[in-house]
Amino acid sequence: MTESLRLEVPVLPNGFRLHWDKVRERHVLLFPEGAIGLNPTAASVLELCDGRRTVEDIAAELSQRFGGADVLADVENLLLDLANRGMVADVSQ
Amino acid sequence: MSVSNPLLLIAELSYKCPLHCPYCSNPMTIGDAKYADELSTEDWSRVFREAGELGVLQLALTGGEPLVRKDAEELTRVAKEAGLYSNLITAGTPFTRTRAEALKEAGLDNVQISIQDSDPVSSDHIAGTKSFAKKIEAAHLARELGFPLTINVVLHRKNLDRIEEIIALAEELGARRVELANSQYQGWAAVNREALMPTREQLEHGEQVVIAARERIGPKMELLWVLPDYYEDTPKPCMGGWARDAMVITPNGDVLPCQAASSIPGLEFDNVRDRPLAEIWFESDAMNRFRDFVPEVCKTCPLGRFEVDLGGCRCQALALTGDAGNVDPVCQFSPHHALVTDAVASANRLGRNGDGEFVYRTEKATARV
Repeated sequence: MTESLRLEVPVLPNGFRLHWDKVRERHVLLFPEGAIGLNPTAASVLELCDGRRTVEDIAAELSQRFGGADVLADVENLLLDLANRGMVADVSQ
Repeated sequence: MSVSNPLLLIAELSYKCPLHCPYCSNPMTIGDAKYADELSTEDWSRVFREAGELGVLQLALTGGEPLVRKDAEELTRVAKEAGLYSNLITAGTPFTRTRAEALKEAGLDNVQISIQDSDPVSSDHIAGTKSFAKKIEAAHLARELGFPLTINVVLHRKNLDRIEEIIALAEELGARRVELANSQYQGWAAVNREALMPTREQLEHGEQVVIAARERIGPKMELLWVLPDYYEDTPKPCMGGWARDAMVITPNGDVLPCQAASSIPGLEFDNVRDRPLAEIWFESDAMNRFRDFVPEVCKTCPLGRFEVDLGGCRCQALALTGDAGNVDPVCQFSPHHALVTDAVASANRLGRNGDGEFVYRTEKATARV
């Protein structure tokens, strides 16, 4: 299982997509047979998982939005948690 | 309790199907004339748009076999426009290259193909028709076109011993998700209960194989494992609760809280031809009948589990006790629990080779049991 944890350039796996749920006014991640509601932080991270940006790029971009705070560890933890659940993959996979 | 908006729409486009699986989740009455009066393309399109407005996120295009509808591609396109995540649940045999490419183009999100067993002869026997080879072709085609693939294998006495081979086949096909749900004994499967119910030994072996496979494969292929209710001490909250998250629309447009609800006498189902979907969801008699319902036994539950299992399945309570308002007899505190434990004891006495011929699903009324 360990190789899936090596995340450099995160991307949503095939069949996963972000969706704005206008009824419940939140982002959701949709995938085969399921959906999970996302908090605004998770949504803003996943929006940047485009298969081109590295984890560091994503953290840097969010850091700018949040007035320069160091968010790298938080971004890494969130992405690893989602990767463990099969909801994020590395683009090389 | 306030009623929340639905998340899942199960659209049974047609009850026609090339397969005859003896555990089919369709009602026993699929041959009734009313089901042949299928909704038009325009009806379904309007329903999908209304579902999107109502907050539905997931759409299951199922049947019967959804691809017997020539407009499945067009309906997929409408679903996409309505913001729904579309999942085609197919037998695989009609999933030809022409149709698969058109579905891809229309924006279909996921393909789920049923396989009855890893052994071709057994798979064809269970399906009641020669179909295995075409299913394998369909699965390869789905992957070739870039669809995420779910393989769905209903488990029972006659295929559980091959669970290792079944998982290996799903891996080989490149499935992202495998549904290994044991058949539940409702509808057609109730008639076939004796032929389907596995032994405790078979289930324990199956569970060990699944746990080991999850460990080995990791998150790249999700393995769903569901026990038969009969082997549990507490019931499952059927459909996550009566009309809480999901609704089913039958080929003729009736709106149900679950696929088996038409078996419950005295429920009035509203039809999408007559009323807007939102009105039906919030106001119809059938949807509201058991929404806030608590079976008597559950009011004094020693485990305090009512909020977890919601008294189980209304249809199973009806099928076994004759009253949909009783607690599901799977519950160890049900006064009717012996009906379940006796059936389990009988299946284990018979052993894994204990037989029982299948009664196959058919639309012909004469074959009804």
